[in-house]
Amino acid sequence: MVQPAMVSGLNPDQAVFYRRLLRQLCLIRRFEERAGESYALGKIGGFCHLYIGQEAVAVGAIAALRDDDYVMGSYRDHGHALARGMSPREVMAELYGKVTGCSRGKGGSMHLFSVEHQYLGGHAIVGGHIPLVAGAAFAIKYLEQDKVAVGFFGEAAVNNGAFHEALNMAAVWKLPAIFIAENNRYGMGTATERASAVYDVATRACSYDMDQEMVDGMDVLAMHEATERAAARAREHSLPTLLEARTYRFMGHSMSDPIHGHYRAKEEIDEQKQRDPLHMFQQRLETEGIVTHEEYQEIEREIGAELDDAVAFAEESAEPDPYELYTDVYWE
Amino acid sequence: MPTITYRDALNHALKEEMQRDPTVFLMGEEVGVYQGAYKVSRGLLDEFGEKRVVDTPITELGFAGVGVGAAMVGLRPVIEFMTWNFALLAIDQVVNSAAKMLYMSGGQIPIPIVFRGPGGAALQLAAQHSQAFESWYSHVPGLKVVAPATPYDAKGLLKTAIRDNNPVVFLEGEMMYNSKGEVPDEDYTIPLGVADVKREGSDVTIVCHAKTLQVAQKAAHRLEEECDISAEIVDLRTIRPLDIETIIRSVEKTNRCVVVEEGWPFCGVGAQVVDYVQFHAFDLLDAPILRVTQADVPLPYNKRLEKSAKPNPERVFDAVRQVTYRD
Repeated sequence: MVQPAMVSGLNPDQAVFYRRLLRQLCLIRRFEERAGESYALGKIGGFCHLYIGQEAVAVGAIAALRDDDYVMGSYRDHGHALARGMSPREVMAELYGKVTGCSRGKGGSMHLFSVEHQYLGGHAIVGGHIPLVAGAAFAIKYLEQDKVAVGFFGEAAVNNGAFHEALNMAAVWKLPAIFIAENNRYGMGTATERASAVYDVATRACSYDMDQEMVDGMDVLAMHEATERAAARAREHSLPTLLEARTYRFMGHSMSDPIHGHYRAKEEIDEQKQRDPLHMFQQRLETEGIVTHEEYQEIEREIGAELDDAVAFAEESAEPDPYELYTDVYWE
Repeated sequence: MPTITYRDALNHALKEEMQRDPTVFLMGEEVGVYQGAYKVSRGLLDEFGEKRVVDTPITELGFAGVGVGAAMVGLRPVIEFMTWNFALLAIDQVVNSAAKMLYMSGGQIPIPIVFRGPGGAALQLAAQHSQAFESWYSHVPGLKVVAPATPYDAKGLLKTAIRDNNPVVFLEGEMMYNSKGEVPDEDYTIPLGVADVKREGSDVTIVCHAKTLQVAQKAAHRLEEECDISAEIVDLRTIRPLDIETIIRSVEKTNRCVVVEEGWPFCGVGAQVVDYVQFHAFDLLDAPILRVTQADVPLPYNKRLEKSAKPNPERVFDAVRQVTYRD
């Protein structure tokens, strides 16, 4: 069952927390818009997969984690990096390929890393990082820590062997992992129902006798609560969870791809935008009197200034020195 | 000095490194309860328990990835592949995850991991179980590739590989596990990237590694006996990084070179050795370098056909006769 879109009644004591979530949703949305602009100007190269529409998944889930938990994502990783607390400066500079970027300009959009924030990548082979998440969870258990390893991936990755191999081991070894499938309904241009014998990703967990939940990925609080439950299961009982976040991508698969066309209609996107995760949460906080419209506009202004600064920083930062081509190939 | 098998030399290396460093663990199919498909891990479960000697499902991609993930956050996994043939299922994790993590993270995340197991042909195991993958992994920047030929080297190199902060592909051989040699009881290591002159000689350099050391030694013996040709044998030990200096030093002396390997000829390890030698020692060569490899075919089951496909002392003997213009 999908969790109800809006849990009735917000707790005024949590106002600071709600504002933080709202701010992160807004930051990622506006960051991605700037990234799109810079990409169109040719300042960002390669593949660039925007997270617009899916922000509530990363923001809600990551808000339920501790700073020392491990987080990994796929190539659509800007939102997760920012939600993890990485600065817009270091992320934007990485997209620009600058030496001040979080991966020193060597990773790019798809390979954001920050050990400081325990954001362990941006991985760009579909499904390939799911075993890494199980491996980090294995290490947590081995070292008798109470951390959690969390991996985000698209729903199309669940048809990949790596997903099944990792979930089987996580279940048989009882690893403290949370696997979060972001079901945005399309693997690039292939609709899930055209690629998956079973539509509901969460039910895949049954094969491994693993706890699962299907969550409204457009609702940041629903994501937060489900991830809190999964994190408690991991920390207290060393058990893995598969979460399916029902979400939607408002942009094309990457900046090189059309937003709509052969594989989905504009009307479908317009309909999905009625449930825009940023706007829904903003309106809810305004309706319940947690944030005024003026306060929200102030958040937007602050973020606008922060992103002006991030873009300027990325523009002005130096390229990696030519010798950096040959550094970091081996640990010396 | 005790004489032990290559298998036990590897076993001792694993045991000593696991005693030395609690973050080292062994993971793979049948490594624990079954005591290892080839008994390399014999006794380790009893000593270290199932936390550190981990039996896996048959899921090479999965447990290779679990190893890389564990290496990302502080452990030093030794991942055993029952054979390197099965590791093709895991090559995405070896190449895309392990080899590239340090680089694409801008130097933040080293991957101290060893992937090990037997490679190459044994006897009549047919096409899918008889492949030498040295050149595949050596192609990849970020990986180190080690292929020891003797028990002494196997122990010293495995210990170094486990202590290395980079992903190391460690290629053993079913046909070598029973081979014996002198191995000291005490702790010692052999640096990666250093070849070893296994036989001194003056007329020709035979470059080899792993199983082909024995092939080269047999050929060298016969060359000496029958043709009065003195062959020097350079055992690479590590394919990447390749110790070109030792090879060149030998060729300076012999002016002739034959490269032997178990893999296929096209884009093989020998092709790289030839490239280096022609570049660094072009003027020193008195003959074109010849290569002895496996036949350029999938390995057949039929015993006679299989034998004819493998590099053997006769082919090395003939190649040396050719580069020394004795034919």
